[in-house]
Amino acid sequence: MAEITEALKNIIKPENIVSQKSSVLTNQTMHYCPGCSHGVIHKIIAEVINEMEIQEDTIGVAPVGCSVFAYNYIDIDWQEAAHGRAPALGTAINRLNPDKFVFTYQGDGDLAAIGTAETLHAVNRGENMVMVFVNNGIYGMTGGQMAPTTMQGQVTATTPYGRNIDLHGYPLKITEMLAQLPGACYVTRQSVETPAAVRKTKKAIRKAFENTKKKQGTSFVEVVSTCNSGWKMSPEASNNWMRDNMFPFYPIGDIKDGEKVNANDLPNVGK
Amino acid sequence: MGELKLMKGNEVIAEAAIRCGCDGYFGYPITPQSEVMETLMNNRPWETTGMVVLQAESETASVNMLYGGAATGKRVMTSSSSPGISLMTEGLSYLAGAELPCLILNVQRGGPGLGTIQPSQADYFQCVKGGGHGDYKLIVLAPSSVQEMHDFVELGFDLAFKYRNPAMILSDGAIGQMMEKVELAPQKARWTDEEIQEISGSWATTGKTKDRKQNVVTSLELDSEQMEQNNLKFQAKYQEIQKNEVRYEAIDCEDADYIFVAYGSSARICQKSMQIAREKGYKVGILRPITLFPFPTEQIAALADKVKGFLTVELNAGQMVEDVRLSVNGKKPVEHFGRMGGIIPSPSEVVTALEQKVIGG
Repeated sequence: MAEITEALKNIIKPENIVSQKSSVLTNQTMHYCPGCSHGVIHKIIAEVINEMEIQEDTIGVAPVGCSVFAYNYIDIDWQEAAHGRAPALGTAINRLNPDKFVFTYQGDGDLAAIGTAETLHAVNRGENMVMVFVNNGIYGMTGGQMAPTTMQGQVTATTPYGRNIDLHGYPLKITEMLAQLPGACYVTRQSVETPAAVRKTKKAIRKAFENTKKKQGTSFVEVVSTCNSGWKMSPEASNNWMRDNMFPFYPIGDIKDGEKVNANDLPNVGK
Repeated sequence: MGELKLMKGNEVIAEAAIRCGCDGYFGYPITPQSEVMETLMNNRPWETTGMVVLQAESETASVNMLYGGAATGKRVMTSSSSPGISLMTEGLSYLAGAELPCLILNVQRGGPGLGTIQPSQADYFQCVKGGGHGDYKLIVLAPSSVQEMHDFVELGFDLAFKYRNPAMILSDGAIGQMMEKVELAPQKARWTDEEIQEISGSWATTGKTKDRKQNVVTSLELDSEQMEQNNLKFQAKYQEIQKNEVRYEAIDCEDADYIFVAYGSSARICQKSMQIAREKGYKVGILRPITLFPFPTEQIAALADKVKGFLTVELNAGQMVEDVRLSVNGKKPVEHFGRMGGIIPSPSEVVTALEQKVIGG
């Protein structure tokens, strides 16, 4: 055993660490269901905050939904918003404290249903903040009701026979919609179901925070996610269902990557 | 003597906000108070004091911007009128639940619904009793002059921060639109980051430094035992406010047989009514609540031992009259006179109501 211990000692060195808990994550055990995407997304945000050394300057805005307790896990100052209102809170935090890093963390019901107006206008003003949008196509916390992003035919607690477009309207591609707005500098859709996808999402979130540092406007990162409890599937089956059904409709990749529209490029009737 | 100006009530709110060192205003246009934001935008305080002024997409957004700003320890305010305040009440409940100091101005107009743009006091229940969900109170100040519109901006902020509670100036379309001479306060500096740390550093989201735990501003508590404790703490705070902060004006109450209880523009009308009544030989006084929460319960109760009866005068169907009756506790008759829908009664109408409902009754 002595040889193995020696061998292990050679391996267990700081430079060999490939994964560890970020110091920006608290020691609190997460309440999320096994297989839920929130934990991974939290970890990514915490890692980015840690790597950019902005823990003291970051203010998070938590939503209503399963991630209402995000503040228990990421060790920064947080504000808990009313349902859908996180972008309004973020707007004021950013305007009054322009040197801070502000991000909102919202689900599909919060961001794309009850908070659509706040979402749209914050992005349209080009508020200098990061918006993380976790889209699992369902209301998780209230017990699996239909969300704006629920797929056609998808069974939820309020669409027990599947989402019928005539009855319930179309699934909302809010990310594509927001990419049309001049205040957005970066709009992307990612996922976290494989190590490769996690790395890409981390890159996207890092870019979003770097944009804030450069005061580029609004950076919007959608993460297509699963809700295995709400979907009533195993974590693995959920990942497969997401890949098969959601990715074709909500394609992964950057939708906009550049700068917010320069005011000089728009008609100005005051000149 | 400070700088004297002839100004509209709404305009002076903007001027007072800038001068007292307010950090941010977030609002949405609605008649009869749109001059507040118009005056702010015209004065461009972001170029002088650094105050942020932002036109939001709705009252819902404005009140939540108030939450975001207040939670960073800044002095922030909004203004609206009745239908807009209805939209804000969700946010007001959250602000009270998260114990966020901030200032809201309500220039009341007649309701219900879209109602009218003319003056009203029909939001008394909504603003004084809470309005949104849950057991909470706003500190409510009722100005009856343009000077008080000015003075209550700084007073409102002071009380809000003293008790970590939202404060409201409950005005109406008459006070907001009328012009009067006003003495303006000298310009004060906005709070520095160091001052904000000292005043609100223990709870505000100013960025988690290595030497402290994270600050989380929330109204959520799923543990019922703890949530009851939170509520008990709020109630203790409201009792403290009731004990310390009652403000009222008593006019000619010493020899009075009858008392008008009225606030805001109604109190202005009652001053003339009192004069007419005294000329007719009725000894009438006025008790004008300046704070509606905390309500001058004890002062009215003390008057109940001396006088023959009360008439509350309000621009509504009878709202504050309930609090006056609770204060009087059955000792003397308490009647209500009010006009609705934006109608302002004449002073003699009020005297006739006094004669018919209280003196003759």
